[in-house]
Amino acid sequence: MKWVYIAIVVAATTVGEVMQAAGMRRNGEIHDFRPSALGRALAMLSRNIFVIGSVVAMAVSFFAYLGLLTIAELSFAVPVTAITYVLETILAKYILKEHVNWLRWAGASLVICGVALVSL
Amino acid sequence: MSHEAARLRLKTWICAAVVVLSNVFGNFFLKKGMPADLPTPWSYVTVLFHPLVTLGVVLLILWMMSRMALLSWADLSYVLPVTSIGYALVALVGWLFLAERIPAKRWAGIVLIVAGVALVSLGTAPRTHKPEAGQ
Repeated sequence: MKWVYIAIVVAATTVGEVMQAAGMRRNGEIHDFRPSALGRALAMLSRNIFVIGSVVAMAVSFFAYLGLLTIAELSFAVPVTAITYVLETILAKYILKEHVNWLRWAGASLVICGVALVSL
Repeated sequence: MSHEAARLRLKTWICAAVVVLSNVFGNFFLKKGMPADLPTPWSYVTVLFHPLVTLGVVLLILWMMSRMALLSWADLSYVLPVTSIGYALVALVGWLFLAERIPAKRWAGIVLIVAGVALVSLGTAPRTHKPEAGQ
């Protein structure tokens, strides 16, 4: 059961975050942080298909994570879900067409090792 | 560094700080308020009205909003490593405020995370793709 939760959390998080990044890029840079402007931005985002998809995927991920926390230690749940870093960095390169240079790969690798050491 | 690059970097760092802090404290309150088990599907809903869980959820909503704003101009492959400084922060908060001992292995992990974050945040620009039209 533990591994079913983990598979759902990892898949849903990866899909959700890549869709969120795609949707936000499509929306364009947010310049105005006054509440009224943020409200208008939210109204626009609520019609953005990528953002809607990402919210659905993240809701799935959130409830699966709650379920995981009830049967697994936080110190197990956190490093295992760091797998999403690898998957998302790969998808950022090939789907979002970001320039992932060696500094970013090195940084992401250091972070993954660090997360494992901190939480194991 | 051009004026535009400096502006983008400052804006990125401020927004990243909001993302990190709301995530760290959101998860902290969520974990504190969670009961030992959730026996029925309905209990997954009622648990959201436990005060600490509610506070955690509110902070996680702020986290999601600020993260979306950040992703509207910054790369995902930049945001992911940089905002993971939160993992190190959680351990440091426990050490500073809850007098938790940090074993050598955990210090090593904190050093690796900080090094990874420094590499990406100081060594690469937040945005490598062409900004698209919009807003």
